[in-house]
Amino acid sequence: MAGREFSVETQDLTRVFRVKRREARGQGREVVALDRATLAVERGELFGVLGPNGAGKTTLIKILATLLSPTTGTARVAGVDVVENPWEVRRHIGMVSGGESSGYGLLTVEENLWMFSQFYGMRSADARERIRELLEVVGLADRAKTKIYHLSTGMRQKMNFARGFLTDPEVLFLDEPTIGLDVQTARTLRSYIREWIDEHPERTILLTTHYMYEADELCDRVAIIDRGKVLACDSPAALKRGLQGEVVFRLKVDGDRDLGPLLDGAGGIERFTHAARDGHTEIDLILGDENALVPVLSAIQGAGARLLSLEKREPTLEDVFLRLVGRSLTAEDGGGDELPRLRR
Amino acid sequence: MTFLRTVWGRAYPRVVGMQREKSWMLFDVFLPLLQVAAYVYIYRAIGAPPEFTGFVVLGGAMTAYWMNILWNMASQLYWEKETGNLELYIIAPTSRMAILLGMAVGGIFATTIRAVGVLGAGILVFRVPMAPTSVPALIGVFLFTLVALYGLGMLMASLFLLWGRQAWHIANLFQEPVFLVSGFYFPVRALGFLVALGASIVPITLGLDAMRQLLYPQMMEGLRFLPVGVELGALAVLGAVFLFSAHRALRFFENLARREGRLTLRGQ
Repeated sequence: MAGREFSVETQDLTRVFRVKRREARGQGREVVALDRATLAVERGELFGVLGPNGAGKTTLIKILATLLSPTTGTARVAGVDVVENPWEVRRHIGMVSGGESSGYGLLTVEENLWMFSQFYGMRSADARERIRELLEVVGLADRAKTKIYHLSTGMRQKMNFARGFLTDPEVLFLDEPTIGLDVQTARTLRSYIREWIDEHPERTILLTTHYMYEADELCDRVAIIDRGKVLACDSPAALKRGLQGEVVFRLKVDGDRDLGPLLDGAGGIERFTHAARDGHTEIDLILGDENALVPVLSAIQGAGARLLSLEKREPTLEDVFLRLVGRSLTAEDGGGDELPRLRR
Repeated sequence: MTFLRTVWGRAYPRVVGMQREKSWMLFDVFLPLLQVAAYVYIYRAIGAPPEFTGFVVLGGAMTAYWMNILWNMASQLYWEKETGNLELYIIAPTSRMAILLGMAVGGIFATTIRAVGVLGAGILVFRVPMAPTSVPALIGVFLFTLVALYGLGMLMASLFLLWGRQAWHIANLFQEPVFLVSGFYFPVRALGFLVALGASIVPITLGLDAMRQLLYPQMMEGLRFLPVGVELGALAVLGAVFLFSAHRALRFFENLARREGRLTLRGQ
């Protein structure tokens, strides 16, 4: 890696939280949120950290943004150690967290953004100009004079998104920036993220998400993280190429069925998930080869289920995650009835 | 320059907030005036000299500052944590002291309007006699009191950085007892020298006593706690000590909170 400039580097980064005795409820009193995570993000990269809720993504960002100390390991941002010199790190970074409700309700959108710009020493005239530009980008220009307690959650999130870009930071941390936003708004923000990094090739973005398509669409490279561990790190294309020898199918069968035991008994399945959705059951399969589909179909037929559709898919990052972890990205997402299974 | 911009940036919400939420006139002027009225009528019922009405009205006006210290300085960082602002303050490349100073400046501005409201209404309603011996000295004592008081507020804010919901209880704990021991409604000497000495850790104790001496020198002759000059000196020392301690404590508690993960932990 000699000669490459890294905006973010972590080495065996670990964070353990202690749980109060009364909250531990018989379980361990320590929670490992981040487990020896090692990453290197090059300057100019749009780097994604993809993982389900509770994977350790936010913990990673909080450490890099100097809000949380690691238990062990090291982290450097813009070449500066986050533990030894957090003050210097802060001169180089910005952060936006999805779902945050920062700002003061009595202030207008414009005033809130201006206030935060002052903490970075921006001249008021420059700040106001930049605020105008960004409010145009996020579609809040007509709300500039609206007090933020009148804003919807989505609008408030757009305002916070704009805040993150106010100072064009050298390293920008985006923690689930589109969470809870409507499709159109999320698309607008994603498009601006890509545009911004293209216009500022010397800047770096580290984005966490549990939306597979967001990581796939935006990121130059993606680290897949689960239960605090970095499981894989490469470009989305390369990660998907890792599944090249395998085939991915999506099947729909009628009714809400627990097909786990049946699929467990079928040969040739590398990984699978199945979930009840809108009166049918959806099954995602990763197979060693196409021939393995035949016994699966026979087993389904044997169980009295009716096949509604069968689709051979290109592998996605969701499949990569399933292959690595044995469950889908959305399995612990409050999505309800998805039943992950691990084979091999 | 970033320091000054930060101070003004953080003061701004408090300065404009006053103009945008007029309900403060009811809660921060009318209601405190009722409390003041209770003491005024007690003093009148027992035939106390009219200067005692002045003691009470002055104390009533200063309660606004103590409330501001407890609820908008000391426990403010807890509220900021709950709304997500604290994280943004911490990652900003600016001085935490500048943020606290901005809170203090904004708080002083907003609270002074409230205090003037209570004072003005009290003077008009209760016809309080005021004859300051030295206006510059009175203003000086008032300013030194504010510096020391908001220095204490900044120090408390750094301590509250670590606490969660306890902040609410602790602020409550400090509210009424301080009204009593600092002599908001009577000369503090009435509690005895030692109690007054202990209560002097809250700068309003000394500030109120000195301002009463300057407004009602004859009445305060037998009731004063310490000479005005000593109280002014003590206020200067308290101000310096509190500001220095706030600076040190802020850094210490921020580091401790970062290690313990309390900067980002909401709903504690």
